Amino acid sequence: MSAGIAGTPAATARALDLPPLRRPGRRDRWRAAGNEAKLLLVGIPVLIWTLIPIYHLVLFAISPKQDAFSGALFPANPTLRNFEIVFGQRHYFQAHFWQQLGNSVLIAFTTGVLTLVIATSAAFAISRLKVRGGRTVMNLALFTYFIPAAFLAVPMYKTMGAYGLLNTKWALILAMVTIASPYAIWVLKQASDKLPLELDEAAVMDGATPMQLFRLVYLPLMAPSLVAIGIYALLLAWNEYLFAFLLLSGDRDLTLPVALGNFLAADDSPWELLMTTGLIYALPPAAIYYAFRRYMVGGLTAGAVKS
Amino acid sequence: MSATLATTGVGAAPVTARRPFRLNAWQTWGAILLAPYLLVFVFFVVYPVGYGLWLARHPASYVHLVADPIFAGTVVNTLIFLIVGINVKMAIALFLSGFFTHERRWIRWLSVLFILPWAVPSIPTILSVRFMLNPEWGVVNQLIFRLTAEDGPNWLNDPRLGLTLAIGVHIWKSLPFWTLILLAGRLSISADLYEAASVDGASGWQKFTHVTWPSMRALYVTCTILSMIWTLGDFNSVYLLTGGGPADLTHVLATLGIRYLRLDQVDLSMAAVVCAMPFVLPLVYVLMRRLSK
Repeated sequence: MSAGIAGTPAATARALDLPPLRRPGRRDRWRAAGNEAKLLLVGIPVLIWTLIPIYHLVLFAISPKQDAFSGALFPANPTLRNFEIVFGQRHYFQAHFWQQLGNSVLIAFTTGVLTLVIATSAAFAISRLKVRGGRTVMNLALFTYFIPAAFLAVPMYKTMGAYGLLNTKWALILAMVTIASPYAIWVLKQASDKLPLELDEAAVMDGATPMQLFRLVYLPLMAPSLVAIGIYALLLAWNEYLFAFLLLSGDRDLTLPVALGNFLAADDSPWELLMTTGLIYALPPAAIYYAFRRYMVGGLTAGAVKS
Repeated sequence: MSATLATTGVGAAPVTARRPFRLNAWQTWGAILLAPYLLVFVFFVVYPVGYGLWLARHPASYVHLVADPIFAGTVVNTLIFLIVGINVKMAIALFLSGFFTHERRWIRWLSVLFILPWAVPSIPTILSVRFMLNPEWGVVNQLIFRLTAEDGPNWLNDPRLGLTLAIGVHIWKSLPFWTLILLAGRLSISADLYEAASVDGASGWQKFTHVTWPSMRALYVTCTILSMIWTLGDFNSVYLLTGGGPADLTHVLATLGIRYLRLDQVDLSMAAVVCAMPFVLPLVYVLMRRLSK
C-alpha cells in the first residue's frame, strides 16, 4: 500500500500512503504508475457497478417512449417530455401524482418532527435527569432497534386495524415513529453523555429548573445531533415501502413508492413514466444526504443508520 | 437545619437542604419526558408483538406451515442469502475500505458517487434493475442479442438466477454503507503501526495480516452480525425484484409472512414471522453482548 522504501528516516517519515515527493527516480516513477494502474483497476469497476442502475434510470427518464427500448447507451433525442406528462398528471398511472407526492412529504416531515420530540426528551430524561429505569428503557429500545422492522410489519398491520387507523396517514406516521425512535434515542443519549456534567451543575447552581436546563442548555448544545437524527427519521419515512404498502390503500392516500410498486406487476406499465417518477422520488433524499453529509457522517460512524 | 448551615457555610447549605425536593422534581420531569416514548413502545411494540404471538398460538399453524413445500425452500434461500450474500459483501467491503484509504482526488470523488446506492431509496433503483433484466426489452438481453445473436436467459424466471440477482441487488444497495464503516475503522488505526511495519520491511499483505486485521477483527465481526440481522429483514431486495417468484421459489423469511398475509392466511403469516425468530434472536443477543462490553 505505501511506497515501502525503508531507507533514510526522512523516507520512512513520508512512506505511509503519501506519493513520493520531489525528484522521483525513474524506477520510482514506474512504481508509482503501477500503483495508479492498480488503483484504477479497482476504481473503474466500482464506478461502473455503482452507476449502472442509476444511469439506466436516468436514461429512461429522458428518453422518448419509442427510443427507451432501443437498448442504446445514449438517447438519440433526449427530452423532458416524460417529466411534463408526470407533472401534468396526463397518464392514468399517475393521475394522483401531486397528491401522492404531498402524502410522502407530509408523512416524512411529521415522522421527522415527532421522532425528534420523542427521542430528544427521552434521551434528556435518561442521560441528564438520570430518571429511574432509564437504563432499562434504553436497553429495550436498543433491542427493538436490532429486530428487523420487516418482522414487525404483519403484527403492526393487524394492530393498526384494531386501532381503526388503517388506511390513514397516522397509521404510517406512528409506525415510522416507532421504528425510528429507538435508534434516535440511542444516538442522542450517546451524544448527550458526552456533554460535560459541569454545565448542568452550573445551571442548577443558578437555580435552573429541569425544563430551563433542557431549553437553554441542552437543546442548543445538541443541535448538530438533532439535525442528523431529524434527517434520519425523515429519510426513513420517505424511503419506506413495506409499511406504506401494508398500511395505506386507495390511490389518493398512497405515498409515491407504493404507487410505483403497484405498477410493477403489470406488463403494460409505462416504463419511461415509472422511471421518471422514480427519479423525481429519488432526488430529494439524495440531495438532502449530500447537503447534510457533514452531519450525517458523525452519526453514521457512531452506530450506523438502518439500511 | 441551623446546625448544617453553621457547619457547611452559607453558599452550599441551600443545595444540601433542598436536595430531596430537587431530586424529586428531576425524577418527575424525567418520568414526564420519558412518557411519550413509553406510550409509543406500549401501543406500537408491546401490543403488536403480543397480538402477533396470540394470533400464532395454534400449534396447527406451524404444522400447516412446515407442511407447505414453500417453507423449506424459503429457509434454504434465507440461509444462502445470509451465508453467501453477507460474507461476499463484507469481504468486498473490507477490500474496498482499503482502496478508499488512498489519498487521491479522483478517489475522493469516487467515494462521493459510491455512496449513491445507499443514499437513494430502493424502489426506483430496484425497478431499474428489474427493467434491465426484462427478457424481451431489457437492455441486458438486447446487448446479449446484439453481441451473440442469441436470446439471453430469462433472468428473473429462473429461481437460482433470481435469488442470485436478489443477493446482487442487496449487495449493491448496502455495500457503500459497510465500506464506509470499515473505512472509519481503518482510519482509526495509528499510522505509527504501519510505519513500524514498513521499517521492518513488511510487505503489503503482511501489513494487512499483522496490523490491519488484528485491529479490525472485532469491528468486522460486529458488522457481520449486524448485517446478518438486517439482511434477515431485507424485504425489498427480494420482493421488488422477483416478487418471490417464479412459483414462490425465491422467497426469504422476510417476504414469506407478507405472502401469507396477502393470501389472507394471517395465522400462517404470523407463524412464519415466529419461525424467523430462532434466526434473529440469537444474533441480537450476541450483538448486544458485544456492544455492551
